[in-house]
Amino acid sequence: MSKMATLNKRTNVELDRSVLEHKLDPKKFFLQWEWLLVIILVVILIINGSISDYFRGTQVLDATMNFMDKGFMVLAMVFVILLGEIDISVGSTAALCSVIMAIAYNAGMPMELSMVLCLAVGLGCGYINGILIAKCKELPSMIITLATMTIYRGIAYIILEDQASGGFPEWFQYLSWGYVGPIPFSLLMFIILAVVFGLLLHKSVFGRQVYAMGNNETTSRYSGIKVNRNKIIIFTLMGLMAGACALFLTSRMASTRPNVAQGYELDVIAMVVLGGVSTAGGKGNMLGAILAVFIVGYLRYGLGLINISAQVMMIIIGLLLIGSVLASNFLLNKPKALPKK
Amino acid sequence: MDEYILELNHITKIFPGVKALQDVNFQLKRGEIHALMGENGAGKSTFIKVITGVHQPEEGTMKLDGQPVQFKSTRDSQEAGIVCIYQHSTAYPDLSVTENIFLGHEITKGKMKALQWKEMHAKAQELLDRLGADIDSRASMGTLSVAQQQLVEIAKALSSQARIIIMDEPTAALTKRESEELYEYTEKLREGGASIIFISHRFEDMYRLADRVTVLRDAQYIGTWDVDAISNEDMIIAMVGREIKQLFPKRKIEIGEEILKVEKLGRTGYFKDISFDVKKGEIVALTGLVGAGRSEVAETIFGIAQPSEGTIYVDGKEVKVKSPTDATCAGLGLLPEDRQKQALILDWEISKNIGLGNMDRFRDGPWYNKTKESKTAQELAEKMAVKASSIYDKASSLSGGNQQKVVVAKALTSNLKLIIMDEPTKGVDVGAKAAIYEIMGELAEQGYGILLISSEMPEVLGMADRIIVMKSGRITAEFKSEEANQEKILEAAMLGE
Repeated sequence: MSKMATLNKRTNVELDRSVLEHKLDPKKFFLQWEWLLVIILVVILIINGSISDYFRGTQVLDATMNFMDKGFMVLAMVFVILLGEIDISVGSTAALCSVIMAIAYNAGMPMELSMVLCLAVGLGCGYINGILIAKCKELPSMIITLATMTIYRGIAYIILEDQASGGFPEWFQYLSWGYVGPIPFSLLMFIILAVVFGLLLHKSVFGRQVYAMGNNETTSRYSGIKVNRNKIIIFTLMGLMAGACALFLTSRMASTRPNVAQGYELDVIAMVVLGGVSTAGGKGNMLGAILAVFIVGYLRYGLGLINISAQVMMIIIGLLLIGSVLASNFLLNKPKALPKK
Repeated sequence: MDEYILELNHITKIFPGVKALQDVNFQLKRGEIHALMGENGAGKSTFIKVITGVHQPEEGTMKLDGQPVQFKSTRDSQEAGIVCIYQHSTAYPDLSVTENIFLGHEITKGKMKALQWKEMHAKAQELLDRLGADIDSRASMGTLSVAQQQLVEIAKALSSQARIIIMDEPTAALTKRESEELYEYTEKLREGGASIIFISHRFEDMYRLADRVTVLRDAQYIGTWDVDAISNEDMIIAMVGREIKQLFPKRKIEIGEEILKVEKLGRTGYFKDISFDVKKGEIVALTGLVGAGRSEVAETIFGIAQPSEGTIYVDGKEVKVKSPTDATCAGLGLLPEDRQKQALILDWEISKNIGLGNMDRFRDGPWYNKTKESKTAQELAEKMAVKASSIYDKASSLSGGNQQKVVVAKALTSNLKLIIMDEPTKGVDVGAKAAIYEIMGELAEQGYGILLISSEMPEVLGMADRIIVMKSGRITAEFKSEEANQEKILEAAMLGE
């Protein structure tokens, strides 16, 4: 009833033009999910610092080398999840890219070309995912990428069998171990790409279309958005970033096996969701996901410092995920008070 | 014993902002088949939901066997022996026929309530055989035709020993022959001792089956007659005969050259042989009953679905419309039937929704120019007189009429020649209706061609220059507005071949 009353009262209200000029509402500004993420991140950094005397200055930056590879995938996964879709084949894609790169290099292909091949394989894998998802509307992306996940990993095993391959040139290690000034090269690359992806999502026409599709695909199609084309682009981009992840991962480990990047998809999806991107699609932003990369990354690093076993680490990250999703529901989805006047 | 098995008096049901039923009376005699008729939106469905306990009326009384009753839920009404067979089958397609029939009242044995499948299968088969239906009780529901599924629903009604059976537009999705069979089964139900309420807007159903008929219109009770005692004409007047108020600001507009021409358009399974044209400044109404294929024609012209035959011309040139983008480029716009699901993003602000209509217009290279969008949105929202506190209000906070205005504004961001409006006033109150008609007239005056798809007679008669009537996927009649009247249109929509 009260809703009707406000509607009736509104009938005499003109559209307020003043809103066109100033928009920043300080109350709204500070009631954002990202502030909570910043606080969590700071707390984790302080705890890390207090348990290790080495966690100071450049060491804080160096620690990022351990998780930047996942960060690249997060950037694209934000788009995928904003669509309301999911891609769990990314870990397998990265493994396949890495294995093919190693085989190609060892078969005599120049390293530079092998690296391009690595990215191209990722692109191709993502494109296949995209085509399948756009064309097979009955099948959810979860099922399709579950299938390609096992297929891509399977191909990697067939190519390399259960062996390691490596022997990459010295300079290839620069990708994940090199510096530009005090900043690790991988971190710098991540920051540059994060800005590019952020602009694409929040400032471009394409980004706007992604949000529209995630909110309501039917309306988007009726509004003339090329829904299928955009899906294919996004999954292809996802594959490309899995390829980029493979580059940095392989560089960090200096060799590869068919089982690398196992379970990466879960970490990546966890980072995106922790970053406040809704799996229902259409809600969330790039900044939150980027903060979440550092939260999960530093948390793992800190737990490693005090010799927490990998199994317990998984439990802790799971708890963090559930806690944060609950908190975000509690904080942000509470019913808004009706306008008073 | 009372003459009436079920009696409802002075029923009024109010939904937020709408009177869905107003002072409705209804009496069902023992062993009769009683037709409940009315146009779409007349309140038939709400009324049966009151009987079955889905809705509780604000006012009025209900008596069963002369005793006052109040149903709080469908469970209450089922226990009292009232069963409703809904228009859209509520069956579980992956379960067997037997499981569907006995769902909720399974035959069990012992303390553990072990399910007695053998017995249930046998009993289900017996029920189906009694109806003379050739259906295997072990088949899964999804493999049956719509007509067969309805038979299963009837068998279900039989199995639960229903005394009152309500059938909600059971013939809507059936072919003529299937309908004939349904009539027979319905007669059998009556012979079995049930009293039946048969909801329909087909005259055929009423004449073939019913003893008496009650008509609802605009949520109000119009009257009850013996079927033998009322003529076709009187029925039509009873169903639609409202006064057309000065709701329609029809303007005198010079009609220009042809914008859209559709020739022999067909889409397999939906419509066939559709040919018509729309000229500049002209409002052409495409009318008919729900399910006649009107919306499908609109979707095909707009490129949501592909035609299987025929051609579309815009400004005399043939266009291939493969997607909504193609349609917009050709100058065709669509206001879809379901505003909330097809035209708006409810969680988004008005401004963003308007921008959605033509993102390319707000493009600076690859970047989206929000300032430009806000400016245009403000301008269009003011032009449409959208009632909101600002263009940054969410679309979900608007009333139906204002949402529709936003949808119109959204369409106007593109450079259109023709606007297809699919049920533009559905779910909108009278005041907002008038505003939408005003906008429609204005657009026509500005030279847009308008294809109005509507099942509301007054709207069609009040706004259109020409009226095209469809029935079962074909055009059955075309009238100039001066020569059309409700009876003629309704006749073409219901009886026309």
